[in-house]
Amino acid sequence: MSIVEAILLTIITASTPLVLAALGELVTERSGVLNLGVEGMMIMGAVCAFAATQMSGSPYIGILAGIASGALFSLLFGFLTLTLVANQVATGLALTILGLGVSGMIGEGFVGMSGIKLQPIAIPLLSDLPYIGSLLFRQDIIFYLSIALVVGVNWFLFKSRAGLRLRSVGDSHASAHALGINVIRTRYLAVMFGGACAGLAGAQLSLVYTPQWVENMSAGRGWIALALVVFASWRPWRLVAGGYLFGAVSISQLHAQAFGIGIPSQVLSALPYLATVVVLILISHNRRTTLINTPASLGKPFVPDR
Amino acid sequence: MRIELEKRPKISTLFSILSPFIALILTIIAGAIMFMLLGKNPLDALYSFFVEPLLEVWSLHELAIKAAPLILIAVGLSVCYRSNNWNIGAEGQFIMGAIAGSILPVVFYEWHSPLVLPLMLLMGMLGGALYAGIPAFLKAHLNTNEILTSLMLVYVAQLFLDWLVRGPWRNPDGMNFPETRTFAAEAILPELLSSGRTHWGFVFAILAAILVWFMMRYTLKGLEISVLGQSERAGRFAGFSSRKMIWFSMMLSGACAGLAGIAEVSGAIQQLRPVISPGYGFTAIIVAFLGRLNPLGIIAAGLVLALTYLGGEAAQLSIGVSEKVTRVFQGLLLFFVLSCDTLIHYKIRVIWSKLGGTAVDGGH
Repeated sequence: MSIVEAILLTIITASTPLVLAALGELVTERSGVLNLGVEGMMIMGAVCAFAATQMSGSPYIGILAGIASGALFSLLFGFLTLTLVANQVATGLALTILGLGVSGMIGEGFVGMSGIKLQPIAIPLLSDLPYIGSLLFRQDIIFYLSIALVVGVNWFLFKSRAGLRLRSVGDSHASAHALGINVIRTRYLAVMFGGACAGLAGAQLSLVYTPQWVENMSAGRGWIALALVVFASWRPWRLVAGGYLFGAVSISQLHAQAFGIGIPSQVLSALPYLATVVVLILISHNRRTTLINTPASLGKPFVPDR
Repeated sequence: MRIELEKRPKISTLFSILSPFIALILTIIAGAIMFMLLGKNPLDALYSFFVEPLLEVWSLHELAIKAAPLILIAVGLSVCYRSNNWNIGAEGQFIMGAIAGSILPVVFYEWHSPLVLPLMLLMGMLGGALYAGIPAFLKAHLNTNEILTSLMLVYVAQLFLDWLVRGPWRNPDGMNFPETRTFAAEAILPELLSSGRTHWGFVFAILAAILVWFMMRYTLKGLEISVLGQSERAGRFAGFSSRKMIWFSMMLSGACAGLAGIAEVSGAIQQLRPVISPGYGFTAIIVAFLGRLNPLGIIAAGLVLALTYLGGEAAQLSIGVSEKVTRVFQGLLLFFVLSCDTLIHYKIRVIWSKLGGTAVDGGH
């Protein structure tokens, strides 16, 4: 395997959790709900996936546990913001704070254990292709899932009736309600999808990226995923491009260190965060295009009248 | 089962006062359940968590030391949140304040003067305010979401501090530990009482709370903050500028966080280390909401959250539960505070039978 291939492989591994978490949040935000708790749901997914893998011996059980824990955890957010119409920004923060705390407690017994790495699955024939074979078709199931989900979400949002309903709820919940669409139920489902994706992203961290449990191992990726949604202007394919760009930036520090470039490691570690800020500036400085792309009801509470 | 909300014609004064207390009680109940699940006697656990730290003089001092930064930061944040500016990067502003304030005692350590301490405090405030000025500028002039930028800058500040104390600011006589030199006597915030470690940071916190309370209640600025926070449009008609408000609220909260940072470093730690805060900037968000964004409420809320830090340490020693319980408690508390706030604006009706709803639907 050449160096270029090795670098590309690490980029894919670093990008997959970003793409997954951001994709879930994209669907949530398309329904008009801003869930700032991605980081919390992600870290819950990571710890539950790791714990379930250790106890069952199968990383596939771990993946399921990660998805389930993310979805369940997001229900807490859903209950507060959708049923009790609490402030979405504050509740999202609460979810992140609680997730970091609870995951620390669950994971305490697992610190320092060596995990079970999710093994890649080679797809027959395709994996023998030169160059791209080993890159794209000798990957673990979470990578395949991430691509399938992007395709699926893109189809769902723009080609299916249910997706149209979801977007209408996000653009004007009052009109959608008047048309007989159940706004609250749609949003609950969207929030849970977001939670499940964030949980899966967390599972990728503790089963593939670094197969072990370290406290706060999501290290701000949930927040970067939130920025990615803005970057992608709420479109799934742009999100893939953004996710891989960020994955490349975040992995560059390791390679730069390997090549012995004389930059302090802290500067390199700060790159993904600085890049996020720069990208946000570039994307949002034009007020008009931002307004056109943003779901119009994003972050606004809805109480059905009766 | 279904839950329905009915908007109250008027905000409930009763629940405005009660809701933080209901939230506290619910948190304690949830905590008791959690301790039970961990196999501990819940009463013993709650006692060592919430009562034991209040029984001795030294730990009361620790309470004040931990409450000071929480109150100071939360007071600043309350102005931000009231004006609808979501600064969640106070942790970074705290760190930058600590760094800016430490320039004198670390770099110009040979300069001895009674001016050192006041200058340090001023520079700390300036450092925090300028760092908060970055997301303020980006929001006010480039339309960039302040939630994400202020949070990203927290990580940058943490890495910057890490680099400083391992690199250029490392103590030359410190056996290669990642620490700066310890501050000279005139750079240390004096203790308040002879009985323990509480320093002047606590006084700053109370003063800030009273000043901001006065501003919110009796000045035009206070009105401007609440009007712009409730409706930007209404504020514009009244001639208030939301752009200036972004600058004002962010810089004010940055200055508070920066002052908290330098007060913590100068009063409690007395040097810079790679980590100088157990998440004060994030916990202060909870303090601000538990205090219902009211500076006087924030004083009480700051003491409660400071107690959760001490309680975590105490519970670890006396009953052997992990101190990570603290974070869980803090998260639960914020959840309950936010859900209880619903009671202020809405009547909550729980409908147990499913029949009522389906009958109506079937009628269509």
